[in-house]
Amino acid sequence: MSGARSGALRATARADLARLRARYPEQFRADRAARARLIVGLGAVAGLAALACWRLDVSLPRILHGMGRLGTFAMLMLPPSPEGHLRIFLHALGETLGIAFLGTLTAAILAFPVAFLAARNVVPNPFARFAFRRGLDVLRSVDVLIWALIWINVVGLGPFAGLLAIACSDVGALGKLFSEAIETCDRRAGEGVVASGGSTLHRIRFGLIPGVLPVLASQVLYFFESNTRSATIIGIVGAGGIGQYLTELIRVLELKQVAFLVLMILVTVAAIDWVSTRLRRVIIGPAAR
Amino acid sequence: MRGLTKLAPEREAALSGHYAAATGAARRRTLLGFAVVATLAILAGYAAEVRPLVLAENIGQFTAYIRQILPPVGLDHPVADLRAWYWGLPSWLALLGETLLMAYLGTLLGALAGFALSFVAAANLVRSRLLRILAKRFLEICRTVPEVVFALLFVIAFGLGPMVGVLAVAIHTTGALGKLFSEVVENIDMRPVEGLSASGASWVETVRFAVLPQVLSNFASYGLLRFEINVRGAAVLGFVGAGGIGQEFLAAIRNFYYADVGAILGLIILTVVCIDLATERVRHRLIGPEQAR
Repeated sequence: MSGARSGALRATARADLARLRARYPEQFRADRAARARLIVGLGAVAGLAALACWRLDVSLPRILHGMGRLGTFAMLMLPPSPEGHLRIFLHALGETLGIAFLGTLTAAILAFPVAFLAARNVVPNPFARFAFRRGLDVLRSVDVLIWALIWINVVGLGPFAGLLAIACSDVGALGKLFSEAIETCDRRAGEGVVASGGSTLHRIRFGLIPGVLPVLASQVLYFFESNTRSATIIGIVGAGGIGQYLTELIRVLELKQVAFLVLMILVTVAAIDWVSTRLRRVIIGPAAR
Repeated sequence: MRGLTKLAPEREAALSGHYAAATGAARRRTLLGFAVVATLAILAGYAAEVRPLVLAENIGQFTAYIRQILPPVGLDHPVADLRAWYWGLPSWLALLGETLLMAYLGTLLGALAGFALSFVAAANLVRSRLLRILAKRFLEICRTVPEVVFALLFVIAFGLGPMVGVLAVAIHTTGALGKLFSEVVENIDMRPVEGLSASGASWVETVRFAVLPQVLSNFASYGLLRFEINVRGAAVLGFVGAGGIGQEFLAAIRNFYYADVGAILGLIILTVVCIDLATERVRHRLIGPEQAR
């Protein structure tokens, strides 16, 4: 980037530093208060990090020692190969995709009506809105794996429990995002509907839904992507999908198959990423990003 | 309707004909979309072994489970009941603190790594295509492999304990934040960068004085958001032996200690909601309410 000429400019400026300093005191003034704030802030961050290192027993020798073993494992992973289990793995991958797709779809269908009830421009009553909001928050703050453990008690081991788990935790997340999208929607269309004699339901159906639907659809696609990732791990607690094999194979150190499974996941997620980016562009139109 | 004028019948027929023609194509497309989604849903339902009858039959168990983990707190002596319910509070709080520290350290390390890599992955700062693509792919791998998988591998390499959780969270965070950071960097105003490189600044100096001031508040906001997500993630990393509250929680679930499940779950939800509210407030102050999503 810096050619010979700008290098020369820099040397001249450096040589002339004292006079520059005298001529433009404002530019060289040290902002003591800001600097002190910065130092205190960084000190707090570093102090907390040191405390965490001490409490969690994180130390460089331990990390280095583990790195060595990790290196050995990495060698054991090569070359990735299914070792004759390709059919089972593909079946598990299909299961994972099924869990992610139906889980997201169920969550979207359930979250859609709830989001309207949690939106300020649909339900003006603050108490009702607050109740719906906090309810969604509670659903959202329970992790997918915990939901899976709960649903396993109800429908037994298997992918169905995983599907219900993903649906439950996503109703919370999607409901929140949907209601925010509805609140930021342009209100003029709805006002137009009301002015020409429409009822509240008409306002929602013709004034709000056409405006928010593309946004919601693109958010659902995002969630489908991220759920494909979560669906790969819920097998760890026995809720179906590829995670089951992943856990077992890691435990028995069949690392070539593990590497193959990880590659399968990477390729699948990349493919879904690609498809959903295309779809999103079609839905929102080329103008918006 | 408040006294709207009725249209003449032939005029109404003509108008609704135009309307049908105008919306027909869009409607057909919508129907086609629905059909595709429905077909995929049926296929997915087949793959995921959906059994609605089993669900309908056993839904009572779900409500019973929820009822069982709900607090056994009566109105007669609520304080004593609450105290009995949260009998393990000191040790649970210590474990929860461990989980929080795990999330904090993991987020910090991941954010630092993502910070460094985001400038390399940004198309407007790095000319070398190869370097950029390498950085992007690396971030993608860190992001796509779930943290639990990293944790499972690390448990074998490093032994049980919270350090495993820290490393797993850190790697996943590197991937997630690196991507977001590099997108922020790609959207900056390039004029300060041009100004600095024109006056002979090195690459590092350009990043420090032209890029950093523009992106720092957004970076901090994304970092806080990630911290909140990581607290949730760290709570379940204990399931695979990475320490913290998760281990205790899994034991309670597996042993059917319903009251404990409810108590710990309540603690986790409370913590997550508090952190959620706190980070949201800080984020709004950082990037202003208009920009905050």
